[in-house]
Order: sequence, then C-alpha cells, then structure tokens
Amino acid sequence: MERNHHLHRQLANLRQSFFDQGYLDEQFIQLEELQDDANPNFVEEVVTLFYKDSARLIHSIDQALEKHPLDFAKLDSYMHQFKGSSSSIGAKKVKIECTQFGEYCRAGNVEGCKRTFQQLKREYAVLRKKLEAYFQFVRQIGPIETASRPN
Amino acid sequence: MEVENMAGDYSLSDAQELHVLAVDDSHVDRKVIERLLKISCCKVTAVESGRMALQYLGLDGEKSSLGIDELKVNLIMTDYSMPGMTGYELLKKIKGSSALSKIPVVIMSSEKILARIDRCLEEGAKEFLQKPVKLSDVKRLKDFILRGENDNKETEQMKEGSCSRKRKIQDCSLSLTQTHDIPSSPKCSSAPLLQQSLLKHPKIA
Repeated sequence: MERNHHLHRQLANLRQSFFDQGYLDEQFIQLEELQDDANPNFVEEVVTLFYKDSARLIHSIDQALEKHPLDFAKLDSYMHQFKGSSSSIGAKKVKIECTQFGEYCRAGNVEGCKRTFQQLKREYAVLRKKLEAYFQFVRQIGPIETASRPN
Repeated sequence: MEVENMAGDYSLSDAQELHVLAVDDSHVDRKVIERLLKISCCKVTAVESGRMALQYLGLDGEKSSLGIDELKVNLIMTDYSMPGMTGYELLKKIKGSSALSKIPVVIMSSEKILARIDRCLEEGAKEFLQKPVKLSDVKRLKDFILRGENDNKETEQMKEGSCSRKRKIQDCSLSLTQTHDIPSSPKCSSAPLLQQSLLKHPKIA
C-alpha cells in the first residue's frame, strides 16, 4: 500500500512537471475531464491520433521543404493543421513552434522555415517520448485519483 | 396530467436527443467533439468534409439512404478551415437550401478573425466558437438550441393543437358519448377523449 501510494505520487509529480515545464497546457486537463470509467483511455486515444496526424504532416512538410522554390501557401496549410491538432491536445511547446513556422512562411523566409521546422521536430519528439512514458506508467499503476487527500 | 405529458413528449429534451452533425477534417478534433457531444447527451454523426456533410444531408443530388426521421439533424457544427469546401461555403449551401436552412449552424475556428466571424454570422451562423472547443461551450450551445427548438415546437403545437382539436372533436362525437365533456382549453386533466385523438395524430415534425 505504501509503495502504491508512492507510485501514485510519482505519477502525479510526472504529470505536474509537464505543466510546470510548459510541455502541456490547460487543454490537456480539459481532455482528462472527458475521461470516465466507461472511457478510461480517452486521452491516450486522442494523443495516439495526434501522433498519427503529426507523423503524416511532418513527412509532408519535410518533402515540401525539399522543393525549390518553396510553396509557402502549401507549407502554411500543413502547419495550420499541425497547429490545430497540437492545440487540441494541449501540446504547448509544439504549438509555439507551429506559430513561429507560420510567421516565417507568411514572410517568405526560407531559412527561418527550415530552422524552425527542425526545432519543431525536436520538440515533438521530446513530447512524444514523455507522453508515451507517462501513459505506460498510468497503465501500469492505474489512474490517478483526482480527489485531493487530506494531509 | 395526461395532456401535459403529451405536450412534454413533443419537446426535444424529453422525447429525443439532439442529433448533431459535426464536420471537421481533423481526426483529432472529430474525436474530441464527438466525446464532448456524447457527454452532453447528444447523438453525433461526424464527417470529415463539407461534401460528405452535404451527402449526409441529402443535398448533393444523390438520394440519402436514411429515412427522414433518422436523418433529422438538429444542429450542424463545422470547422471553418477545411480543404475543398470551407465551413463558410458549407454554411452558405445549407442556408441556401429550403429543406435545410432552418437547421442552426455553428462555425468553429482556431483563428479569431473578426471579419471572418462577421461574415459567418451575417450568412446565418448561430454562433462562432473558438477552438479548442470546451465542454462548457457545448453545454451552453445545447441549452440554446433546445430552447429554440422548444419555442418552435410550442408555436407549431399551439397552431396545430387548436386545429386538430376542432377536427378530432368532430370525429370523436361520432363514436363516443361524452362529447359535451370535451373542454375548449388546451390543458385539462379530464380529457381522455382528447388524449386518445392526439395519440393518433402524427408527431409534429
């Protein structure tokens, strides 16, 4: 029991760190609130869809960045989609990179786009790794009780 | 009592769930909006494009395979930025159709561009929601739509009710003996004859 409490505490701290370090925002909490006993894996399911969409978009953007001259309108469109899904799961840092990329697109700044995209891919990879570890942990020890305990 | 129950049966909240057609090209957003609507006790049909939405609504020329009752959509929620047909273009097509123009349409967008919002509202959108859409948005929207539907139903009911009662009273008088007991006011507890005739009357659409 002691160990279980300790693990739950670890999980809670891990989760909190995502918000404290700016990886996730309030929208992630909104999704958590949509979860219930009948739909216990809702957040993970949505995040999994996000990975799928992101992989597709990253591939498309990578290819589009190889073309000369760059089709900024197309790039902006891909990035708009990426920004949308990042926003929908609360992926704060990824969303910031998306916004930056969009600005470079509209300014027609090739170097800015390419540089920002590398940064975006890094942020995405970090987030994905963290979330995968988090959901694995959740599955191992069971869901966090959101009711606060008296100290 | 019975008559009041009958009136209650015609209100959407008692008899049916709100059926919402959600249109969004993002798989993530479709999943989220679907969940938000289900939690808010709405029936949901989610499609990925304006073209598919029009197909579902039977507006693209092809006959829909669903019956009119199953098809009845009480609210359309559409993303603004979609490839092919935008939410705005979809809105225009719906408002331009005599069959569908009464269905409330709500536009969702991640971008808060005032000119865009104005254009949509001018074209007849009921509301413009900023993405990501929250549960509180959906709940508020549902209440708003239900109130609108109930107002419509009450108005139609009152019109229909006064007509049908006159008709049915004449019919009843042929087969039943207590015709002189039939009240003239709509809500009366001692009106079993009225109740029976209303039961046979088709549901007000």
